[in-house]
Amino acid sequence: MVNLKINGMDVSVPEGYTVLQAAREAGIDIPTLCYLKDVSQTGSCRMCVVEIKGARALQAACVYPVAEGIEVLTHSPRVKKARKATLELILSNHDRKCLTCTRNQKCELQTLCDELGVNDIPYLGVRNEYDIDDLSTSIVRDNNKCVLCRRCVSACKNVQTVSVIDTMERGFITKVGCAFDKSLSSTACVNCGQCIVACPVGALREKESTDVVWDAIADEDKYVIVQTAPAVRAALGEEFGYEIGTPVTGKMVAALKRLGFDKAFDTDTGADFTIMEEGTELLDRLQNGGKLPLITSCSPGWIKFCEHNFPDFLDNLSSCKSPHQMFGAILKSYYAKKEGIDPKKMFVVSVMPCVAKKFESSREEMEADGIRDVDAVITTRELAKMIKQSGIKFTELPDEEFDNPFEEATGAGVIFGTTGGVTEAALRTVYELVENKTLDKVEFEAVRGTEGIKEATVTLGGKDVRVAIAHGLGNARKLLDSIRSGEKNYEFIEVMACPGGCVTGGGQPICSAKTHMDIDVKATRAKALYSEDERLTIRKSHENPDVKKIYDEFLEKPGSHIAHELLHTHYKARPKY
Amino acid sequence: MEKTATLPFKGTKEQEAKLMEVIAEHKGQKGATIPVLHKAQEIYGYLPIEVQTMIAEGLDVPLAEIYGVVTFYTQFSLNPKGEYQIGVCLGTACYVKGSGDILEEIKEILKIDVGECTPDGKFSLEATRCVGACGLAPVVTINDDVYGRLNKGEIGAILAKY
Repeated sequence: MVNLKINGMDVSVPEGYTVLQAAREAGIDIPTLCYLKDVSQTGSCRMCVVEIKGARALQAACVYPVAEGIEVLTHSPRVKKARKATLELILSNHDRKCLTCTRNQKCELQTLCDELGVNDIPYLGVRNEYDIDDLSTSIVRDNNKCVLCRRCVSACKNVQTVSVIDTMERGFITKVGCAFDKSLSSTACVNCGQCIVACPVGALREKESTDVVWDAIADEDKYVIVQTAPAVRAALGEEFGYEIGTPVTGKMVAALKRLGFDKAFDTDTGADFTIMEEGTELLDRLQNGGKLPLITSCSPGWIKFCEHNFPDFLDNLSSCKSPHQMFGAILKSYYAKKEGIDPKKMFVVSVMPCVAKKFESSREEMEADGIRDVDAVITTRELAKMIKQSGIKFTELPDEEFDNPFEEATGAGVIFGTTGGVTEAALRTVYELVENKTLDKVEFEAVRGTEGIKEATVTLGGKDVRVAIAHGLGNARKLLDSIRSGEKNYEFIEVMACPGGCVTGGGQPICSAKTHMDIDVKATRAKALYSEDERLTIRKSHENPDVKKIYDEFLEKPGSHIAHELLHTHYKARPKY
Repeated sequence: MEKTATLPFKGTKEQEAKLMEVIAEHKGQKGATIPVLHKAQEIYGYLPIEVQTMIAEGLDVPLAEIYGVVTFYTQFSLNPKGEYQIGVCLGTACYVKGSGDILEEIKEILKIDVGECTPDGKFSLEATRCVGACGLAPVVTINDDVYGRLNKGEIGAILAKY
C-alpha cells in the first residue's frame, strides 16, 4: 500500500493507483474529460489537474501515479482557476446549441460547466465551422461539437483496431476525422458505434430512424411489428432513472404497446432460430469436414470488420443471418401468411443495442423475394426518446408480456446479449442433440465473464470441440491473427464487435466517464440477462415450442432449402482503405 | 468535404520499387512513419493518397494516422509542386500592405487553394512567412522571380507571362 495525503487527509491505496483513483476512493471527485477507463488515458485535456507539493507545474491526476508521502491538493484556488480557464477555452470553440443537442442533459461538458461554476464565456473569438458527416447509415459526426478529447479515436484505434478516425491538422484547426477528410461511409468503419458511447458530448450520434418509425405507426395501411433484442431490456431502464443492471422487460413491452405498434415480439425467438441453424451448421461442418473454425455471424460490426480485414476468413463465418434479420424474414413469410397480412404492408422495426444493425438491415442481401427482412432499426436510446416523446410514465407502467405467438422465447435467446452468451446457448442445444441426453446443469461457467478472450473445450460425441470467445474487435483481431499464424486452432469461435457484447453496444444508453470509474457496466448489465435466463422455464433454444412448430409447419428442418432461403446469407470482401 | 487530388497520380513502377525498399528498411522499427514519409516525399515530390496508402499497408500503420501526421507537419505536402511555384508573402509588412487580397486574387484566377496545384501542373500556390523583402511589400515570388509593390490588378498580367 502507498500512503499519501489528499487535501490534508491521510489516504492509503494500492501501488499503481493514479491520483485520480486514489482521490475517488477517498470520496473526492476530480473532474475529467479526456479520461475514459479502459479506453483513453492520455492526460491531455488538463481538466483533472491537481497540485502536488514540490512539483513545478500542475499535474494531470488521471496519469499521475501515487507515490509514498506525496501531498495532493485537488481543489485549491490555483487548481480551480486553471481548470475553469481550460474549460472556458474549450467552450469558446464549441457549438453551444445545447437545447437541441442529442446529449442535452447527458453531456459531460455540461456537467463540467455546472461543477466548475462556469456562468459566462469570456473568450469570444473565431469558432471553427465544420460540415456534418451524416452519409453513414449508422453514425453521424458533428465536429462543431467536438472537444478534441480523442476518446473516440482511442476507442476506434486502440480498443477496436478499426482505426479509421484520427486527429489531423494542427493548432486551432486540429480536428478528428478520416484520412483525406473522407466520410465515415467511404472508409472501413464497421459501424460498431463504440465512438458514440465514448464521446462525452454530442459530436457523435446514431443516424436516427425514429421519424420513419413514427410515420409507419401513423400509416393505417401498415401493420407495424416491433421486435426487441435481448440486451435492450438490460439497459433501457437507465434512461428512466433505474440503476444499471435493472432488467425492465415487462415495462418495456408495456411501453411498446402504448407507442402504437400492432405487435411487440421478442428477438429472442430469432436467437433461438439462430441457434438451431448455427448449431446444425456446426455439427455438419464437424461431421462432414467443413471449414473450421465456424465463426458466429450475429454481430454486424464484426462481420464488416471481417470483410475489410480478414477476407481469408469469410468461409469460416456462419452463413446464418443475425437473429433480428432471421426473425424479420419469418415474420414476413410464415407469420404474414398465417395471419393473412400482406407482407408488403408489414413494417418490421428492430430495437437494437447496436448502430451496426442499421447498416446490416440495409445490406442488399437482407431480403427474400424483394421483401426486406427489416424496415427500420432503432437503438435503445432512440426507443427511450420515443417513449419520452409519447408522455408515457415509464416507471409507473405495469409489467406486460410479449405478444402471441412467439411469447415463449428462451433463456438461451436472452443471454445472446452478452459475451459468451451465443456460445452457451449453442452448447446447451448442440450438446443435447449430439449426446441425446439432458444437461444436468445448463450453465457453462467457462464461457462467461468479461475477459477479452475466453477458451474452453467441450466434449461432443466423443470429440473435443475447442471453443474461443472474443469480444471487442481488438481481441477478435488478436484471436484471428493467432489462427492465421497457426499458433492456435479451434472448432468454434464467437465474436462480438463490442467489448462486453451487445449489453455495451454502440446503441445502448451512454454511461459517463464517472460511472465507468465506479461500476463495471459490462458485468452489471450482463448480470441482468443471466438473472432473466434463470427466471425462465425454457432455457434451451430447441425446446422453444414456437420454434419447433415453425419447423414442423413451415421450415421443415434446420438447414433445409427454405431455411437457407430465408435465414441464411453471404458475405463479400471489402477494401481495407 | 473529401480532399480529392487536383491532378491524377502519375507514379511510376521505379518510384514504387524505391518506396518499397524504404519501407522494407524501416518495417518493424518504432517511429518509422516520419522517416518513411520524408523519403516518400523525396521520391514522389508529394504525398497523395496512393502513396500514403502504400505506406500504411507497408508499415501496418492506419491510413488515418499517416494522414494525421502528414497534415500535422507543414513540410509534408498533399499536392505536387507546379512547374511554377508561387509564394505569396504573408509576413507582417506584406500583410498590412494587402498581400491577403493578392492571395485571394491568385486563388480566384487559378481556382486553387493554398497548398494546391493547378490541374495542368503549371502553378502551385503557397502562403509564405516573411521573405525578407519588406521594403518591396507586398511581395510575390514565382520560382526565382520576385514581384514587389504589387496591387491585385497587376496579378492577371503577371501570371499570363508564364
